[in-house]
This record gives sequence, C-alpha cells and structure tokens, in this order.
Amino acid sequence: MNDESKTPKVKMAGKGVEVFYGAKQAINGIDLEVYERQVTALIGPSGCGKSTYLRCLNRMNDTIDICKVKGLLTLDGEDIYDPNIDVVELRARVGMVFQKPNPFPKSIYENITYGPRIHGLAKSKADLDVIVEKSLRGAGLWEEVKDRLLEPGTGLSGGQQQRLCIARAIAVQPEVILMDEPCSALDPIATAIVEELIGELREQYTIVIVTHSMQQAARVSQRTAMFHLGDLVEVDDTETIFTNPSEKRTQDYITGRFG
Amino acid sequence: MIKQHTVSAFEDEMQFLTHKIAEMGGHAEKMIGQSVKALTTGDVDLARAVIKDDMRLDEGQREIDDKAVLLIAQRQPMANDLREVFANIRISSDLERIGDMAKGIAKRVSSVSEYSHGVKFARGIEHLSELASAQLKEVLDCYGTRSVDEVNNIIERDEEIDAMYTSLFRELLTYMMEDPRNITTCTHLLFCAKNIERIGDHATNIAEATYYMVKGQKLDAARPNEDKTHKVSLD
Ligand SMILES: Nc1ncnc2c1ncn2[C@@H]1O[C@H](COP(=O)(O)OP(=O)(O)OP(=O)(O)O)[C@@H](O)[C@H]1O
Ligand SMILES: [Mg+2]
Repeated sequence: MNDESKTPKVKMAGKGVEVFYGAKQAINGIDLEVYERQVTALIGPSGCGKSTYLRCLNRMNDTIDICKVKGLLTLDGEDIYDPNIDVVELRARVGMVFQKPNPFPKSIYENITYGPRIHGLAKSKADLDVIVEKSLRGAGLWEEVKDRLLEPGTGLSGGQQQRLCIARAIAVQPEVILMDEPCSALDPIATAIVEELIGELREQYTIVIVTHSMQQAARVSQRTAMFHLGDLVEVDDTETIFTNPSEKRTQDYITGRFG
Repeated sequence: MIKQHTVSAFEDEMQFLTHKIAEMGGHAEKMIGQSVKALTTGDVDLARAVIKDDMRLDEGQREIDDKAVLLIAQRQPMANDLREVFANIRISSDLERIGDMAKGIAKRVSSVSEYSHGVKFARGIEHLSELASAQLKEVLDCYGTRSVDEVNNIIERDEEIDAMYTSLFRELLTYMMEDPRNITTCTHLLFCAKNIERIGDHATNIAEATYYMVKGQKLDAARPNEDKTHKVSLD
C-alpha cells in the first residue's frame, strides 16, 4: 500500500500531549509519530487543535502566554521541552511556514539571509549568496526573482511570497518543516507549484502540513492524522484514510457529512 | 446508518446513481427472463420487444457515466463515497453487458423457432437461466441493502451455473451428432447458453464491486466461474 517498503524512522513523536489555553484544554492527550522524510498531513474540522498541535512541534506555543503544554514531545528521541533545550536552535531545526505568506518587510535577499545570519550559518557574503541561491532554487523561486533580489519580498505575488517563506524556512537547513495551511491564500496554479515543491522537499526534509483540503492531503502526504475536538481520531497511511478509513468520524469528515 | 451529506445536492446525486442502478438491475433481470421465455416458447414478438428494450440499459449506463463524471469533478468524493461512485460505474457497465447478452439470445429466437425441434432443445436453457437470474437478483439485493454477508455464498453458486452449462453443452453436442440437421439450431442454442453463463460472470463482477463498495476491501475468494467446456470432447 505505502510506497515505503521499510518502516521509516520516527523523526518527531508526541506522547500524551495535552495543551491548555488557560483553563481550556485544546489537546486531550495525543500520541502521534511523524516519520522521517515523509509528509504527514493533519486534518480535521476547524478548532480541533491542528494548529495548536503543530505549534507544539517547534514550541511556537511558548509565545502564547496562557498556553501550557504537557506530555512528551521529542525530536530524534530528545525531549524538546527539556529546560536545557535552546529554543532558537530548535526552531532552526524545525522550521515553520504559515497560512498567510509573511515575508519580512525587507529585500528578498535579506528575507533569506536573516535566519542563517542569526544562526551563524554563514561566514561571508559569498556564503550568504550561496545560501540565497540554493534556498530560492529549493523553493522553486530562483528563476523568477534572481534579477530582483534587492527588491522587497512584500512586492511579490502571494504565491511567490509563500515560496519565499518556504525558501526562508529551508535557508537554515531545518530537519523538519511545519506548514499551517500553506496554500489557503493561493490560487490553483500557485497551489500546484507549492504541492510540487512539497513533493521535492520531502526527499530531504520531514514535513508536517495542516490542510483543510482533503484533496491536498491526499495528494501530498504519505500519512494522515485526523483530529477532532482535541483528540487524535486516527492516523494511517493516507491512501487508507481517503479510501477506507477505520473511524466513522474520519469518514464523516472527509466525505462532507460532519455536524 | 450513514449520515447525510451536509450538501444536500451531493446527497441527491449519490441517491440518483443508486436508484439508477436499481432500475437498470430490475430491467436487466426482466430482459433475461423475457429473452429466455421468447426462446423456449418461440415467441418472436416478445424477442423483438426485448431487442428494442436493450436501449434502455445503454441509456442507463451512459447516464450513470455522465452523472458520475460530473459528480467526481464537482464533489471530489472520498472514502465510502468514492468507492460507491466507482462501484456504480462498474456495475452499470456489467448491467449493460447483461442486457447485451439477453439481446443476443432474443436475436436468435426467430432462427431457433423456425426449426421443428428448436423449442424442445431450448428447454435446458430455461433452467440455466433461472439459476443465473436468481444469482443476479440476489447480488442486486446485496447492492440494494448494502449487506455483503452472503456475497461469498452467492458467488460460489456460480459453479452450479458453470456445471449446468457444461452439461447443456454436452447435450447440445449429442443432438448435433444424432442428426446433422440439428446443427444450426443447436449452434444458436450454444451461443444462448454461453450468454447465460456470461451473465453469471457479470453477476459475480457486480458482487465483487458491491463488496468493495461496502467493505473497502477486495473480495479475495478465488473466482470459481470458469467456462470448462474447452475440455469437453466428443468421446
Ligand atoms: N491563542 C489562543 N488562545 C486561546 N484559545 C486558543 C488559542 N489558539 C487556539 N485556541 C483554541 O484552541 C482550540 C484549537 O485551536 P486551533 O487553532 O489549534 O484549531 P485548528 O484545528 O487549527 O482550527 P482551524 O482549522 O480553524 O485553523 C480552539 O478551541 C481554539 O479556540
Ligand atoms: Mg489552524
């Protein structure tokens, strides 16, 4: 069924993950493994906790005061909530692309070089130039912007901006890329380009993507996790989820019978 | 019970396909019964009516294809819906083929009825067709009720049809050997018998499609239905 013949390595794992916003519990104890060099899609109705769970994976939730995370989350077996973990380094290893393209109000060039600079990945201008080209090529944007690198990133089209954000994410050589509805603001062509890109990125990176498009989840991911009201309903091979899911809640959701 | 779709038009479109299959199924059953009745009673008018009636199955299949393609484009069905649309496309094509088989029998009625012994020789076909019709009916009931517990038993009974077809084959060969003037009619009847045997195969296809639609898994029972007459020899 799966195109992976051998069992892939677990890249990130959650065990008994609970998330609270103040007194309100948003994630009710979830165990979920994300495999290396696979795309894992998180699906489920609005408010079920997909973004919340995704943000646990690089501790983006730390930035929300009232948010408390319990349970164990690991990257290559290491507890990422360990007090000794350097969160900045963690976020370099686990990058993120958001729903709305959010380039910095700076040049295309600086959008890419910001991360490598603060993480000390480049020693010289020449190093940075290499990173910029490599990242933009990786995001399939190089040909379109190579002659306007000093123009502001905000001047690009929405689809280009999103690929710029992907380039920015890969510039720091992450191991995992988290994407929260990365195509929801894009037209079908830009969406197709990003999906194609996800397929290519998968050869090097582990990807977790939140999407409301069932077709997108079916197209880009190898595994799909279905969330509902803070619970993990099921996780399985994407092919199985979309042709013959085990759980009724999954079936109702993906076939448009919810509520 | 499966919940209704949030989008009611989607629900209606799925219902349309289900009803259309049921309608085509009923029609196919009727065509089998009438074509064999025409054959065994030498009723040429009835045969003509059956031939004309086949159009309705052709139309039905075309309609299901069109509606299913449109539904896939507009709704992108998933999971059980996807399997159902897929099964409907397959089943309608099997039903259309069954119609062709019945039409093929009806077309031979005038030749067979012209011959003095024709109607008598055709008698064996009646029983064969009863088995095939019963099988088809049960398969369509499984489709209608979405219950596939009996599917394996029904498919296994295809062996009975095959066995009877083989014995009918021998019987018709015997008539041919007895008197060469029987050859033309018996050859027509052989084709008729073969058509009925094929109807059993299509019923098996429908059973498999229904099973997949309901269970999401392939029915892995080995298909017993196989024409064994290639082994029949004259001695
Ligand atoms: N910053 C916050 N403060 C308080 N509650 C929040 C916060 N962010 C999310 N929540 C609550 O946590 C629950 C899960 O929200 P989350 O954003 O993870 O859902 P989601 O599955 O990503 O939904 P959507 O598909 O709409 O993006 C919701 O009930 C939401 O209201
Ligand atoms: Mg969200």
